[in-house]
Amino acid sequence: MNTLLNSEIFILMLTLAVYLVAVWLYRSTRLPLLHPLLVSIPVLALVIHLLGISYESFRHGSHIIDFLLGPTVVALGYLLYEQREHLKANSVSILTSVFVGSLIGIVSVVLIARWFGANHELVASLEPKSVTTPIAMSIAERSGGIPAIAAVVVIVVGIFGGIVGPFILNRLGIRSSIARGLALGSAAHGLGTARAMELGAIEGAISGLAIGVMGIMTAILVPVVEKLLELL
Amino acid sequence: MLAGIFVILLFYVLGEAAAWLIGGLVPGSVLGMVLLFVALCLKIVKADTVRPAARWLCDNMGLFFLPAGVGIVNALDILSSNWEAILTACVVSTVAVIITVATIQEAFEKRRAAAQNQQTPQNPER
Repeated sequence: MNTLLNSEIFILMLTLAVYLVAVWLYRSTRLPLLHPLLVSIPVLALVIHLLGISYESFRHGSHIIDFLLGPTVVALGYLLYEQREHLKANSVSILTSVFVGSLIGIVSVVLIARWFGANHELVASLEPKSVTTPIAMSIAERSGGIPAIAAVVVIVVGIFGGIVGPFILNRLGIRSSIARGLALGSAAHGLGTARAMELGAIEGAISGLAIGVMGIMTAILVPVVEKLLELL
Repeated sequence: MLAGIFVILLFYVLGEAAAWLIGGLVPGSVLGMVLLFVALCLKIVKADTVRPAARWLCDNMGLFFLPAGVGIVNALDILSSNWEAILTACVVSTVAVIITVATIQEAFEKRRAAAQNQQTPQNPER
């Protein structure tokens, strides 16, 4: 029985089952706080614990799913391609604003976390906080952070950004659909895009574009900022 | 679908190779994403070939975070002893990103609109 519980088949089946139920729950309630990952991570962790499956055999059993993260990041290049017309029409302004946004995002998170005394492992996990989860996890892993912390932080940031984003934009008096969509996608990735789609079609499309651009900029800027801050 | 999976894996490998060449500063998957985007724009790869596989991966990406995400149970002490740092840094930084990106993008658009206005003063539309 224990062998079956620790087998790859059971672990894959269990992971998929928990995820599908969490997605169903999210789709039927539409509550941002019931994001499928925020529900399925603790539920899955609890079920594994109760069944006496070790974390090591869980990781081993679910490595096929884990592997798909890398190809998913590559596949985001296709989604970016679908938005290429929007990028072409506003390339200079989009690249400039997302570049500065990414830089300020990384520098501010690093400085504040360090000021509170966070260690390198934690700072590296927070650096990609505005980037879509699969990219954030690879950035965190590369710079010595903990991918799990990056994943959870990214989702919570996305929920927060999606909720407060439109208020901030209204407060600032930002009227441009492109600027609104770009800001939401850059700061709050997929969850910001979901919100941007509610604001309008252009907002949604530009926000989707911003996810990819922000991911690439942040992946490039994180090692640069780390090097620069070492010099200080 | 299979051809699309092949193309994505091919660009993943190319991305990893590029990452190795630049000393591993940027994740290989991100470089693979950039290379795939460029190849699609240059029509080296047909969009129809990658669409089904790319869509399937992106639509279900939440599932792929789960195995690593469960690893959060090993990091709970880090989260609980640093929650003020995490909360403050993330809130301030997220608001800063929203303000920066929106302000710069809108400034560009206003400047462009003003330039167009000057070029065509007889046009009262703008």
